[in-house]
Amino acid sequence: MTAAELLSVAAFLEGKQAQAFPSFGPERSGAPVVAFCRIDARPIRSHEPIVEPDAVIIQDTTLLHSVDVFQGLSPRGFVLLNSKKSLDELGLVELASRLPHVQARVVDATATAEKYLGRPLSNVALLGSFAALTGAVGIDAVLQAIADRFRGKTREGNAAAARAAYELVTGGAP
Amino acid sequence: MKQIEGSRAIAETVALCRPEVICAYPITPQTHIVEALSEIVKAGELDPCAFINVESEFTALSVAIGASAAGSRAYTATASQGLLYMTEALYNAAGLGLPIVMTLGTRAIGAPINIWNDHSDAMALRDAGWIQLFAESNQEAADLHVMAFRLAEELSVPVMVCVDGFILTHAFEPVDIPTQADVDGFLPPFEPREVLNPAEPITIGALVGPEAFTEVKGLAHQKMLRAIERIPALASEFAARFGRTSGGLVRSYRTFDADTVVVALGSVSGTIQEVVDAMRDKGQAVGSLSVGTFRPFPFAAVRQALMHAVRVVVVEKNVAVGMGGVLASDVREALGAEAPLVHTVVAGLGGRAITTTSLRRALEQAHAGTLELLHFLDLDRPVVERATAKEMCR
Repeated sequence: MTAAELLSVAAFLEGKQAQAFPSFGPERSGAPVVAFCRIDARPIRSHEPIVEPDAVIIQDTTLLHSVDVFQGLSPRGFVLLNSKKSLDELGLVELASRLPHVQARVVDATATAEKYLGRPLSNVALLGSFAALTGAVGIDAVLQAIADRFRGKTREGNAAAARAAYELVTGGAP
Repeated sequence: MKQIEGSRAIAETVALCRPEVICAYPITPQTHIVEALSEIVKAGELDPCAFINVESEFTALSVAIGASAAGSRAYTATASQGLLYMTEALYNAAGLGLPIVMTLGTRAIGAPINIWNDHSDAMALRDAGWIQLFAESNQEAADLHVMAFRLAEELSVPVMVCVDGFILTHAFEPVDIPTQADVDGFLPPFEPREVLNPAEPITIGALVGPEAFTEVKGLAHQKMLRAIERIPALASEFAARFGRTSGGLVRSYRTFDADTVVVALGSVSGTIQEVVDAMRDKGQAVGSLSVGTFRPFPFAAVRQALMHAVRVVVVEKNVAVGMGGVLASDVREALGAEAPLVHTVVAGLGGRAITTTSLRRALEQAHAGTLELLHFLDLDRPVVERATAKEMCR
């Protein structure tokens, strides 16, 4: 949920309309959860969950085997996965043939977070990669949203992780 | 303008209303609201204010009742089973004419236990003598609290601001939190009509026998109906000061010349407007009506808005088991004898998503004359039929 929240704040900071909301599962730690974010130029009226996403961020690829995380995905959409494995190793070659115009990318955001934040919390780092992959929000807005949300070492660590994860996708500095 | 969680926006706005006593017991999905308020009070940003922790919802409202009777502006918040646990105190707050404001993070009622959103809690206590306002968005949720304190204190009637649990309370949306100066300009300090004071003892809530109980209830009804006049006036005054439309009795959307009008409460209204626009683009004469004030029920405003409709589809997040829809029943009452056809679409129970696709399918069926009078949106019929068949075998 924190990632969806930060994404909505980043979009808001860029002058866009945004809405982020969770879909909580059972109240236990480690349970699969889904969070949504809408970004639009116009005010957002709808309060339905997103059923046809333009982009999907998967923080835990073990979910690939239990849920159809690509259901309703736009044929020209984006998929961002957090894993040490490649798309092939994740068994996503089939996805590429089914949705040839979808841009899919794997980043090891957990390792990035461990390196810069000291904890395996990939969510904020993934937003850096998401900004690079989709261009839906700029990296500066993401970094500003992080700066507004966190304090002290968590702020610095998350900002550094997001920047590094951005560079993992762009291959260079922002 | 801030991109902010609904609960936080509500808490910050409630704080601007300068409550002197806040008393609540945490329950999902209300928890973030009272957590945020406890932080605001602890930081000394709301002074004077007592934040009182108690062991139950029954006590939370009882403390608010005591505080209000002693002349303090009092606030509480709850949801679901918590509201049911307050039941006896809810009637007392209303009967005593205490202008308490409560946020209800609307949620289903068990059994089976369910933490997600619907309107079962608000509907269960709709006739407890509280004014009930429903928020369409987080901006309106925040704004309604400013109006709620003013309305409550003008009329000496408690007000419940109903905000869809999770869908609004946990959603981040842009919200313009008013300034303290604007809130102070709109909401004067609380001047209680009567104050419990040991130095000048009075009795409130004394025994009333058959000779006067009817008159007491008749007066309560009349007092509640005054809100029908005050709410539009307050909404206009609010719009003039704050520069945006919030609150009011009902809100029509593209109802002029509409054959079919969809009626609903709360956050689903925005989703319905998306459906209305999509169907209008196809040349279908559809409109929608959001009922912002549910108690007192705005009969005249509803009747006027639906006067020219051929059919009305009431989408509601509750089911009165053995009867149907509560809101639909009130809408039928508003329309009187020459009513257009009023369908009830029970939707969104226990957090089931209400999608534009499903809503549109139901409206297309209404147009084609194939929609049942009481329809459960997205009901998994085979599951229900199998369970029914099993039951019959016993």
